[in-house]
Amino acid sequence: MRTGTTISDFREQSLAAINRRTFICFAIPGLILAYLGYVFFAFEVNDALQGVKLDNAKILVGDSYSYKTVVSHDNRSGRYVVAIEGEKKGRYAPDSYPAWVLVDGENAEVDLSEGYRVTVRNREVSFVVPGYGQISALPTRRGVEVKLPDGPIPSWINLSKTRLNVKTPNGRVSVTKTKTTIFRYFFGWELFWFTLDSPYNGLGLMDLAAAAISGEQNKNGQIHALAIFRDFWFNPMWRHGEVAWALVETVLMAFLGTIGAAFLALPLGFLSARNFCPSLIGRFGMRRLFDFLRGVDGLIWTVILSRAFGPGPMTGALAILITDTGTFGKMFSEALENVDEKQIEGLKSTGASPVSQNRFGVIPQITPVLLSQILYYLESNTRSATIIGAIVGGGIGLLLTQAIITQKDWEEVTYYIILIVMMVFIMDSLSGWLRRRLIKGNA
Amino acid sequence: MATASYKSEYIRLTHLRRLYSGILALVLILLFFGGFYTADRRNAGGFFNGLDKLFDFPVEVISEAWSEIDGLPELLWQYIPSLVETVNIAAVATLMGAIIGLLLSLFSTRGLAFWPVGIPLFRRSMDIMRAMPEIVIALVLIFIMGAGPIPAMIAIAIHTSGALGKLFSEVNENCDMKPIDGLASVGASWGQRMWFGVFPQVVQNYFSYALLRFEINIRASAILGFVGAGGIGYDLRNTISWGKGRYDDATAIFLLLFITIVLVDQLSSVVRNRVLGSQK
Repeated sequence: MRTGTTISDFREQSLAAINRRTFICFAIPGLILAYLGYVFFAFEVNDALQGVKLDNAKILVGDSYSYKTVVSHDNRSGRYVVAIEGEKKGRYAPDSYPAWVLVDGENAEVDLSEGYRVTVRNREVSFVVPGYGQISALPTRRGVEVKLPDGPIPSWINLSKTRLNVKTPNGRVSVTKTKTTIFRYFFGWELFWFTLDSPYNGLGLMDLAAAAISGEQNKNGQIHALAIFRDFWFNPMWRHGEVAWALVETVLMAFLGTIGAAFLALPLGFLSARNFCPSLIGRFGMRRLFDFLRGVDGLIWTVILSRAFGPGPMTGALAILITDTGTFGKMFSEALENVDEKQIEGLKSTGASPVSQNRFGVIPQITPVLLSQILYYLESNTRSATIIGAIVGGGIGLLLTQAIITQKDWEEVTYYIILIVMMVFIMDSLSGWLRRRLIKGNA
Repeated sequence: MATASYKSEYIRLTHLRRLYSGILALVLILLFFGGFYTADRRNAGGFFNGLDKLFDFPVEVISEAWSEIDGLPELLWQYIPSLVETVNIAAVATLMGAIIGLLLSLFSTRGLAFWPVGIPLFRRSMDIMRAMPEIVIALVLIFIMGAGPIPAMIAIAIHTSGALGKLFSEVNENCDMKPIDGLASVGASWGQRMWFGVFPQVVQNYFSYALLRFEINIRASAILGFVGAGGIGYDLRNTISWGKGRYDDATAIFLLLFITIVLVDQLSSVVRNRVLGSQK
C-alpha cells in the first residue's frame, strides 16, 4: 500500500475489483453456454436424439446377460433342430435335448416356463398363453392360418399373412410357411466354459476339480486336467485362447512401442538438450524432428505404416514407437535441461571423464523422471493399442470391432469390454506399483 | 580394520546392485526382442520386408498431390468443416469432461467431500471411466445412435472425466485448508466453501490440465473418426480406402491435421506457461 491512499481510494479499487470479478463470473459461463448452444446445432443433437434406436439398445443390453436356445422345426422335412443361439457349434444331439423340449417324431412339446407352452402336432402349432388363451397357427402352402382368442390383437403379437410372431417374457415363437421357430431366453453366457460336444459341459466346479486332481483318463484316453484345459481354451464359441492371444498382442504393441521409443529417444534427447549439445542448428533440427513426429500423430503413422508392413501387431507397435519417440524426445530433453549442474561439477573436479560424468552425474538424476514418464506412457499406450489395433487389424481392438460389426454377438462384446477394462486396470496398477518401487529405490 | 570391512561391504553391495540392474536390463532386452520377434511373426508383412516399402506410400501420395498442387488450396478449404467438427468434438468433450471431472474430484477429495463416506465410490467410478478406452464406448454408441459426432463426443467426455477428475483431485489435495476452514467458521455452505475457498486456489492448475487434455482429445477425436464417428478422421478413411486418384484429398487432410495439432500444441504450451507463471 502506498502512503497517502485514502479510504475512498480503497473503496474505489475494491468496487472495481468486485465488478471485474462479477463480470468474469458471468462472462465465462455465458461464453461456455453460447458455445454449447452453437455445438447443439452444429452436431444436430435434436435429429441425433430422434435417430436413437432404442431397440438396438434393448438388444444390446438383453444379449449382454442372456442367451437364447432355439428349437426350429422344418415344415417340409418335419425335422427338429435344437441349438444354443441357433449356432451349429451349439447344436444338441437328438438324444440329449434339454428337459424342457420333448420331441416325438414330428410332434413336439416345448415348455417356455411360467405356464407358456408350445405344442406342435402335424405341423400345427398351438401356443398356450396364460391370461390370454390359446393361439393356434397352421402353416399352409400359401402362408399361415392363425386362430386367436376374441378381442383386439395385443401388441406382443405380430401378424401378417405369411408370418406369426409372438413375444413372451421368456421367449419368442415365430411361424412361417416353411419354418416354426421357438426361442427361449436364459440368464448368463451360453457355453462359456465348454461347448456341448465336450464331456465336461454341465459339470460343476467341484466335479471338474475332482476329475482334474484324480489324474485319471477320460473315455477318449486323455488325462482329465489337460483335456479340461484344452476344451476350455479351444472352446469354439468363445475362443478363449485366441482372445488371450489378442490381449497379449495388444499389451505387446504398447510394450514394444513404448520401450522402443524410450531407447531411441534417450540419445536423441541428449542431442537436443541445451546443456549437452552446444550446436544450435543440431538442437533446432532435433526439436523440429520431435515436433514433426508428434504432430503427424499416431493415426497418420498408423495409416502410412500399415501400407508398408501390412496388418498386424508390428505395425501398431511401430506407430506407437514413432509418435512416442517425439514425445519422449521432448520430455527427456526438458528433463536433461533441468539437471543439477553441481553433481556434474563435483565429478569434474575429481577428474572424471565425460562418460563418467554423464553416467554418475546425470543418469541418476534423470532416471526417476524418465522411468515414471515411460511407465505412465506404457499404461496409456495400452489403451491406444486397443484403438490402433482396430485400425491395423491386430489385438483385442480387432476382435472388438469385428464382434460389434456383426451386430449379434453382444455377449462377446461384453466379454471383450470386461477383458479390456481389466487389462487396462492391471497395466495401470502394475505401472503405478513399479513407479513407486523404482523411484523410491532410486531416490 | 573397520574401514576395510566397510569398504569391502560397500563394494559387495555395489556389485550386487550392478548385478541386479544387469539382470533387469537383460530381461528387458530379452522381452523386447522376444516381443519384436513375436509381433513380427504375427504381422501380415514382415518388418524387414516392409522396411524397403516404407516410403513407397508417402512417395506415391506426395507425387500425386504434387502433380495436382493447384487444387490443394481448394481441397484444404473443402475439408475445413470436417476439421471444425473434429475440433468441436474434442472441445465439447473436454468441457464436459472438465465439468464432470471437477464435480467428481470435489466429491472424492478427503477434507472437501460433500459426502465423505462416498469417497471410495467416486474414486472407483473415476478409475473405471479412465480405464474405458474411448473406442469401446464410441462403437457401442454408434450402434445405438448411428454414426455421427455425438458418440465420439460422449466417449471422449467419459474418459476425460475420469482422467481429469483424478488430476483435479490431486490438485485439490494440495490446496490450503485455511480459507476453507475460515469460510466454514462463518457458516458458509458447501457450495460457497468450494466456490470461494477452493476454486481461487486451483483454477489455474485446472485450466492447465484441461488444456493439455484438449490437445490429447483432438488426436483422439481424429482417430475415432477413422472408426466411423465423423469429423476429419472419417474423411481420411474414405479417401484412403478409395486409393489412387484421391491422394490429393488425403494430402490435404494430412496437412490440416498436422497443422492443427502442431498449432494447438504450441498455443496450449504458451498459454499454460503464462497461466502457471502468473500463479507465482
